[in-house]
Amino acid sequence: MGGGVRSVSDSIGVRLRRAGDLILLSSVSMGAVLMLAGTPASAEDWGMGAANREIARGAVFSPVSTPASEIATLAWFTLAITLAIFLTVGGLLLYSVIRFRARPSDEQREPPQLYGSNPIEFAWTAIPLLIVFVLALTTVRTIYDVQAAVEPPNAVHVRVIGHQWWWEFRYPDLGIVTANELHVPLSDPAHPTPTWLELESADVAHSFWVPRLAGKTDLIPNKINTMWIDPHQPGIYLGQCAEFCGTEHAMMLIRVVVEPRANFDRWVAAQRMPASPHDAVAHGRQVFQTNACASCHTVQGTSAHGTYGPDLTHMMSRQTVGSGVATNTADHLKIWVRDPARMKPGALMPAMNLSEKDLDDVVTWMVTLK
Amino acid sequence: MAGTIDDRFALDAGGSELASANALPIAGKLHEWITTVDHKKLGLMYIGWGLIFFLVAGLQAATIRLQLAVPNAGIVSPQVFNRLLTLHGTAMVFLVGMPILTGFFNYLVPLMIGARDLAFPRLNAFGFWLWFFGSLLLYFSYIGGGGMEGAGSAPSVGWFAYAPLTETPFSRGHSTDYWIISILLASVGSTATAVNLIATAFSMRCPGMALNKMPVLVWLAVVDAGLMLVALPPLSAAQIMLLLDRYMGAHFFDTQAGGSALLWQHFFWIFGHPEVYVLVIPAFAFASEIIPVFSRKVIFGYEVMVAASCAIGFLSLGVWAHHMFSVGMTPAGNAFFVTSSMLVGIPTGIKIFNWLGTMWGGRIRLRVPMLFAIAFLFQFLIAGLTGIILAVAPFDWQLTDTYFVVAHFHYVLIGGIVFMIFAAIYYWFPKATGRMLDERLGQLHFWLFLIGFHLTFDTLHFAGLQGMPRRIYTYQPGRGFELPNLIASIGVIFQALGMIAFVFDVIKSLTSGKPAGKDPWDAWTLEWSTSSPPPEYNFADLPTVHSRRPLWDLKHPEDPDWKYE
Repeated sequence: MGGGVRSVSDSIGVRLRRAGDLILLSSVSMGAVLMLAGTPASAEDWGMGAANREIARGAVFSPVSTPASEIATLAWFTLAITLAIFLTVGGLLLYSVIRFRARPSDEQREPPQLYGSNPIEFAWTAIPLLIVFVLALTTVRTIYDVQAAVEPPNAVHVRVIGHQWWWEFRYPDLGIVTANELHVPLSDPAHPTPTWLELESADVAHSFWVPRLAGKTDLIPNKINTMWIDPHQPGIYLGQCAEFCGTEHAMMLIRVVVEPRANFDRWVAAQRMPASPHDAVAHGRQVFQTNACASCHTVQGTSAHGTYGPDLTHMMSRQTVGSGVATNTADHLKIWVRDPARMKPGALMPAMNLSEKDLDDVVTWMVTLK
Repeated sequence: MAGTIDDRFALDAGGSELASANALPIAGKLHEWITTVDHKKLGLMYIGWGLIFFLVAGLQAATIRLQLAVPNAGIVSPQVFNRLLTLHGTAMVFLVGMPILTGFFNYLVPLMIGARDLAFPRLNAFGFWLWFFGSLLLYFSYIGGGGMEGAGSAPSVGWFAYAPLTETPFSRGHSTDYWIISILLASVGSTATAVNLIATAFSMRCPGMALNKMPVLVWLAVVDAGLMLVALPPLSAAQIMLLLDRYMGAHFFDTQAGGSALLWQHFFWIFGHPEVYVLVIPAFAFASEIIPVFSRKVIFGYEVMVAASCAIGFLSLGVWAHHMFSVGMTPAGNAFFVTSSMLVGIPTGIKIFNWLGTMWGGRIRLRVPMLFAIAFLFQFLIAGLTGIILAVAPFDWQLTDTYFVVAHFHYVLIGGIVFMIFAAIYYWFPKATGRMLDERLGQLHFWLFLIGFHLTFDTLHFAGLQGMPRRIYTYQPGRGFELPNLIASIGVIFQALGMIAFVFDVIKSLTSGKPAGKDPWDAWTLEWSTSSPPPEYNFADLPTVHSRRPLWDLKHPEDPDWKYE
C-alpha cells in the first residue's frame, strides 16, 4: 500500500508543476473530500444499509397506490410538455448564439437594429397561454381526484401523530397503538380497502411522505389533515418526515408494511394482546416500571402508562429502533437504552444511567415484548 | 476603434476628482467611507459586504455538501448542520442577494437617468447602516446566541423559521431572537432603499428622459422597489408578532396556547414569494442591459419587456401559497394557486423570448459578461420550467420539501441571479474602478463555475425524485441517495476554484488592470458618458436625452434611435 501511495503522490507532484493544471488539482481535492467524508461513514450504519437494500428501490415514478399513480401520470405529462418547451426554446437560443456570434471580420459594423414586432409578441404570448390553460385544467382535475375522493365505509382508519422525532400510529377502531411502522392491508383494485390517515402533530410541524404510496401531507399542530392510500402491491415502503422539525429531522423515518388482509388481521390480533408476563425476566420489568422509562412509555399489562414516547407493548414486532436509526436487535437496543444520543444525537430520550445489571435485565425483558 | 465616437469618448484612465481622494491617509479614507452619502460609495459598500458574506455563506454551503457527500458522515453534528443550513439560507437571501442587488441599483440608477444622486442620500446611508449592523448581528449569534446554554450558538430553525419550532418551548435561549432582530433590521433598511429608488426614478430623471425613455434597468428597479415595499412589511410584522409571542405572552403562532402555525406560513410566504422576484428582477435588469450591448442590437420589444416586468410584479403577489400545497388546503384553494403560479410563467417566457429576439440577427460578442448572460438564459429557462413543474400541485405533493426544490431554487438563485451578478460585475467593474477585469481569468472563472454549478445542481433534482427530503443532516445508505449526493459535492470543488479565480481577478485588476476609459464596451446608456470612476457629482453638465440610447444617438448621428421610438 505504501508504495502505491508514494507513486500516486509522486505523480501528483510532477503534474502540479505544470502551471494552471486546475483540473488535476480539483481531482486531488475531490480525493481529499472522499477521505475526509469517507472515514466515519461505514462505522455507524447500525445495520440500516443492509436493511434498506432488502427493500425494492423506487420513488415518485414507481407508484403502488392510486394517489401516487395519478400523480405519476400527471408528472409524466408535465415533464413531456416542459421538455418540449425546453428543446424548442433552448434550441433557438443555442442556434442564435452560434449563428449570430461576431466574427473578426464584422467587429466594426453594427447589425440592423430591430425595435420589436407586435405579431411576434402576440404569438409568443398566446401560445404559452394555451399551454398554461391545458396544464392548469389537467392539474385541477387530478387535485380533485385525489383530494375529493370519498371515503368508503370499509376503509381502515389510522391517526398519525407526529412527534419530535418519531411517529405514533393509532388505530381507533382496532384499539391498537404502535410507532414508526405503519401496517396497512393490501387493497385489491377490484374490492378496494383503502386506508384513511388522519394527520396531527403533538409538537411542531411535520410532513408524512412515503413517495410510492402518495404525495406528502403536513402534520400541523391544531389542524387535522387527511390523506389516503390504497396500496395494491405487498411489501415494505420507505418514507420519512419531509418538513424541517428540529435537530433529528433527518432521522424521523417511516416504514409502511403492506400485507394481504389475512396477514394484516393476524398482526392486528397480536397487537391487541397485552404484554405477556415472563417470570424469568421479572426483574427487567421491575427496572422499567420503577425508573423514568414508565413515565414516558406505555407497556400494556404493566404499570407503565407514559404517553410522551412510543408505546412499547409490542416493540419487538417492529423492525427498527429509534424511528429507523437502527435495526431492532438486542445489541442495538442496549446501546439505545444506555445512551440514545449515540445513535441519534439530540433525541429527546435521555441516557438512562442504569447499572450494567439493570441495563442487561431491562433489555432482556424488552426483547420479550413481541 | 476608428470612427465617429472615440474622439468624443477618448480613453481616460480615471476620474480626476477621485485621484485626490486616493491621497488621503487610511483614517481619512475610512472616515470618508463611513460618513459618505454618495450613492456610488454606498452602492459599492453594499456590493463589497455582500460579496464577503457570499464567500462566508458559500463556505457554509461547502461544509453542508461535505457532510452530505457520503451517507452517515460525521463531519458535523446535527445541531451544527441545522445552524449551517439556517445561516446559509438566511445570509444568502438577506446578506448577499438583497444587498448586492440593491447595491447595483444604488450605483446605477442615478447614473443611468442622468442624476447626481438618489432622491434621499441620507436615507440611503441610513438604510445601508441598518442593514450593515443587522448583518453583523446575525453572525454575532455564533458568539452571543446561546442564552441559557451558556456558549454561543446560531439560529437553527431554517431560513423560513416555521412556527411553532421558533416558539420558546422548542427554541430555548436566544439564537432565534438573533434571527428575528437581525433580519428585521435588514428589512427596514431595504424598505428605506425601496422608497428611495422609486422617488429617484420618478422625480430625478434628466431633461428629455420621459418614462418611456428610461433604460429597462431603471424600470426594473422601480418594479423591484415596489415589490420590496409591499413584500417586506408582512415579514417584519410577523417577526414582531413572534417576538411578542416569545417575550410578552402573546399567542399568534404559539400552537400550545391555541395559536396558528399556518398563520406564520402565510405571513412568511406573502413576503417570501415576492422576495424571489425581488432577487431575480435585478438579474433581468442586468440581462436587459448586457445582452443588447454584446449583441450590438437595441433591446427587442422595449414596451413589452416593461409591461411583462410589471405583470410579473403584480402576479407574484398572488402566488405565495404554492409553497404550501402540502399543508392541506381545500381543492379550490390549491386550484387557485396552481393557476396563478402558472400564469407568472407567461410574462417570464415573454422576457426570455425578447432577449432571444435581441440576440437574433445581432453580432454577439462572447466576452465574459455575455458568457454569463447566455448561461443565465439557459439556466433560467430550466429554472422556469421546473417552476412550472412545481406549480402542478399534485406533482408538488411529491416534490415539495425535497432536493428537487433545493435544485430548482438554486437554479434560480445561482443559475439565474448569481450568474447575472457576475455578468454585472464584469460589465460595470470598469465603470466603478476605471480598470478592466482580466478576460482570461474571467473565462476561467466562468467555465469552472459553470461546470461546478451543473455537477451540483443538475444531479440534486434526481436526489429529490429518488425521495430525499431537504434539510436532513445525513442519510442512510441503500436508498439511492449516494451517487447524486457524491456528484453534487464534487461540483462544489469546481465552484470553489471558480471563485478563487474570480477573487484573484478582482484583486489583480484593482491594482494592475488595463485602464478602462469611459466606454470600454461601446455601450449606449448614460453611465458610459462620464469618466470611470465617475466624479462624485456624476455629470459636470446634466445630459439631455432624446431616446432610450443617448450614446447610440451620439455615435450614429445619421441613424439615431429617436427616429424609431
